[in-house]
Amino acid sequence: MIRRSRLLWLLPVLALLGTLGWAGFTPIRVESRERVFDIPQGTYARRRAGDLVEILPDTIRLTLGLEDVLKIVNHDDVPQTFGPALMMPGQSFTLPFERAASYQFICTAHASGQLTIDVEPEPDTPWARIHWRAREWWEKRKK
Amino acid sequence: MNVKLARILLPLLLGAVVAAAEPPRISPPDDLFKAGTLSPVMAAPEITLAGSDGKPFSIARFRGKVVLLAFGFSNCGEVCPITLATLAAARRKLGADAADVQVAYVTVDPERDTAAQMKKYLASFDATFVGGVGTIAQIQAAEKSYGITVSRKVNPDGSYSLGHSSSIYLIDRAGGLRAVMPYGHPVDDFVHDIKILLRG
Repeated sequence: MIRRSRLLWLLPVLALLGTLGWAGFTPIRVESRERVFDIPQGTYARRRAGDLVEILPDTIRLTLGLEDVLKIVNHDDVPQTFGPALMMPGQSFTLPFERAASYQFICTAHASGQLTIDVEPEPDTPWARIHWRAREWWEKRKK
Repeated sequence: MNVKLARILLPLLLGAVVAAAEPPRISPPDDLFKAGTLSPVMAAPEITLAGSDGKPFSIARFRGKVVLLAFGFSNCGEVCPITLATLAAARRKLGADAADVQVAYVTVDPERDTAAQMKKYLASFDATFVGGVGTIAQIQAAEKSYGITVSRKVNPDGSYSLGHSSSIYLIDRAGGLRAVMPYGHPVDDFVHDIKILLRG
């Protein structure tokens, strides 16, 4: 028979083990493989006015097999260049990735004119899944 | 093992097994391009130049074919030979379908690239490739319409080398700019996307 005092420390340990087991062994599911970013209307005008507020993050992280398609939507009134594509107003550019690497792209929506896309390998080990889930949870919490 | 401990652990293990048995993730659709795609599809910007084959060079001229449009120059020692070799290999892999695929290569070096030089250079990869040459103003207009950047580096001996955007533009039979393949993709990726465009 488990004593009440033993149960008090056993339950958190079991909960932790259960959480780690779930995070490590349950396949990760995402709603969509696309990560979508918008270039808002007026971005070019703001840049011309000297406003250096960043519209998009300097670095975008993608994960193969989960979120490995980047979609940029140009809501601005002028064409915007993202990487290899010149997007007309109202146009979007959807770029899939199949190799884990760090990619540097020209991006006119950035004050620096550069965007880095870090494509990470698919988390296919228990530890990698735990790490991925923990980081996603932490980043959502920060927002 | 303690029976009560087992009673606690068993449901946890069972839950993990059930969760692990669920479908893992969303699969990409079969018609997803390897290249980046533009939506909505708009007409590929028109380019009016002289062709390396002696005929006028324009996007409209190749209407009805899938066009692979790229920018480069015949003195390029790094990027262009790889791009052109890849496109030539893709055409070979397509077999009979290659008749409906046109590679169009616009120079970014109007000072040195003549029609004759482009013809000779492109023929070393595939005799069907057509180059576009023109004046500095014409070439700059073509570059601007596709967002092409070109950087010029002058060497100590007075010669110069060029750095340039190296993506390949995929234009459908109707002249719509459908996709942009970044530099470095393998032959099979081109074959895959060209087949999608050939199907219409």
